[in-house]
Amino acid sequence: MSLLFHSRTLLPGAILTFIFAGAAIVSLFWVPYDTTVLDIANKIKSPSWAHPFGTDQFGRDILSMIMVGARTSIAVALVAVGIGMLAGVPLGLAAAARKGGLLDEVIMRMNDLVFAFPSLLIAVMITAVFGASALNAIIAIGIFNIPVFARLTRGAALSLWSRDYIMAARVAGKGPARISVEHILPNVANLLIVQGTIQFSLGILAEAGLSYVGLGAQPPVASWGRMLADSQTMISFAPHLALFPGLAILLTVLGLNLLGDGLRDVLDPKLRRARV
Amino acid sequence: MLRYFLKRLLSLALSLLAASLVIFLALEVVPGDPAAYMLGLNAQEDTLNALREQLGLNGTILERYLSWAGSLLTGDFGISYTYRTPVSEMIGDRLWVSLPLALYALTLSTLIAFPAGIWAASRRGSYVDAGVMGVTQLGVAIPNFWFAMLMVLVFAINLRWFSAGGFAGWDAGFFAGMKSLTLPAVALALPQASILTRVMRSSLLDTLGEDFIRTARAKGLNKGQAMWRHALRNALIPVLTIMGLQFSFLLAGAIIIENVFYLPGLGRLVFQAISARDLIVVESVVMLLVFAVIVVNFAVDLAYAWVDPRLRGRR
Repeated sequence: MSLLFHSRTLLPGAILTFIFAGAAIVSLFWVPYDTTVLDIANKIKSPSWAHPFGTDQFGRDILSMIMVGARTSIAVALVAVGIGMLAGVPLGLAAAARKGGLLDEVIMRMNDLVFAFPSLLIAVMITAVFGASALNAIIAIGIFNIPVFARLTRGAALSLWSRDYIMAARVAGKGPARISVEHILPNVANLLIVQGTIQFSLGILAEAGLSYVGLGAQPPVASWGRMLADSQTMISFAPHLALFPGLAILLTVLGLNLLGDGLRDVLDPKLRRARV
Repeated sequence: MLRYFLKRLLSLALSLLAASLVIFLALEVVPGDPAAYMLGLNAQEDTLNALREQLGLNGTILERYLSWAGSLLTGDFGISYTYRTPVSEMIGDRLWVSLPLALYALTLSTLIAFPAGIWAASRRGSYVDAGVMGVTQLGVAIPNFWFAMLMVLVFAINLRWFSAGGFAGWDAGFFAGMKSLTLPAVALALPQASILTRVMRSSLLDTLGEDFIRTARAKGLNKGQAMWRHALRNALIPVLTIMGLQFSFLLAGAIIIENVFYLPGLGRLVFQAISARDLIVVESVVMLLVFAVIVVNFAVDLAYAWVDPRLRGRR
């Protein structure tokens, strides 16, 4: 528990993340108002006790929409980071272990190829072929995450392979796979956590961006990005429509980033020593 | 060095070949006949055939790929299914908006990130460091299209310093053009500058903790000298990696930001093309952007070798 107070960013990050993850989970069972029911009589109301964040152009409660939207954002980003890490890290480790070999060459060229398609372009192509959906957003962001983790892992692992303690491990008779898992992976874990949080937050941002341009989750699934897109033409007379979904994205991403920074401070003994 | 260069060049060519195959095959599986779409429901069979012939839609997949890729090499992207104008002309017009926008944003981002990152790293633990890190935390977390909407609200709707959208055109003069691109470029640059600042700072701090910096300090260099002569260059590799990655984010981000500001760039073009099912335009824009990313990646690889001579030797 004392670890929670070891870093200045861990606690605020954990609290923000808890709030939005909590809102997403609660929305599965309860929301203040049903987001699928229109209430035109109450359209575009400013924040009040009945509707803390106001209502949108169809009279839907914005707080409820944001709670439901949290589900979409977090699920899409989480699965996409999982895809990227599970596929990317082993590929990067393998490429570094056999540097310059055929495996390295094939893995890195395939990575270059995937990496050449920004997630938005993957989404554009998937949409052109299959139409827009949240699943396509997950696939697009997830595919793009793979080379990010593979390149990062390979780059970091390469510089470690020239270290003396790796040489010692080789002399001791350990094979490349064992060295990768026992010595390389723990030493790149710190970088992976930092990149993991960046990719998670980028995933939430990318999901919002894809929904904003209509390539992500489709109605009636609530999504923060589409709420912003809908609010754009009304921003001059109803700025609260744009304010709250944007703040939700900002605070979720901020929370995740602070959490990741805090975890790094706590998990990495090298940095901890440096701070003391 | 020459061997390294040639090897990279070969992989550049292979990447382009593979990317063009992926894009061609991905859009090849789309159901529907463009010729039928263009001519409508009542078209005669022989008219349809003539149009298919003209569009290069007859023949095997391999023949179509070769003819498509061959004409790409000569700069011929084909004819738009909906506008009936050469795609290369449509892209050419839009490129004059999207490319300056991406470069404008990249310049802003680098100009902000390098000094800010170095400054924060050199004053580690101070209020400067905490301030820079705090601002970048917000910058990384803010969705750039939302930031763009807020800027429109403040600078266009309330203060009336900029127009809320649209592009003045380069014919209206360089400054008028740049002025229409300023809010979009700032919106695009902010998150990238924040990420780059953080990478610059953390990479410098990692390097400053290395033994060779202690050696440099021990032989009498002060903190600043050790930083400029030894740490900075060694810290650049992660920074270059991120800058390479960022270029694709800038291009992709430009597509979204163009939609916020109604800029007539490649992003608007590709979304119009998707809704009109003008697949040859989608195919061409995607290919062009992918081409740009691959070439930038190639340049980053060369830059590695320039920054870190060890990479040249080992290859």
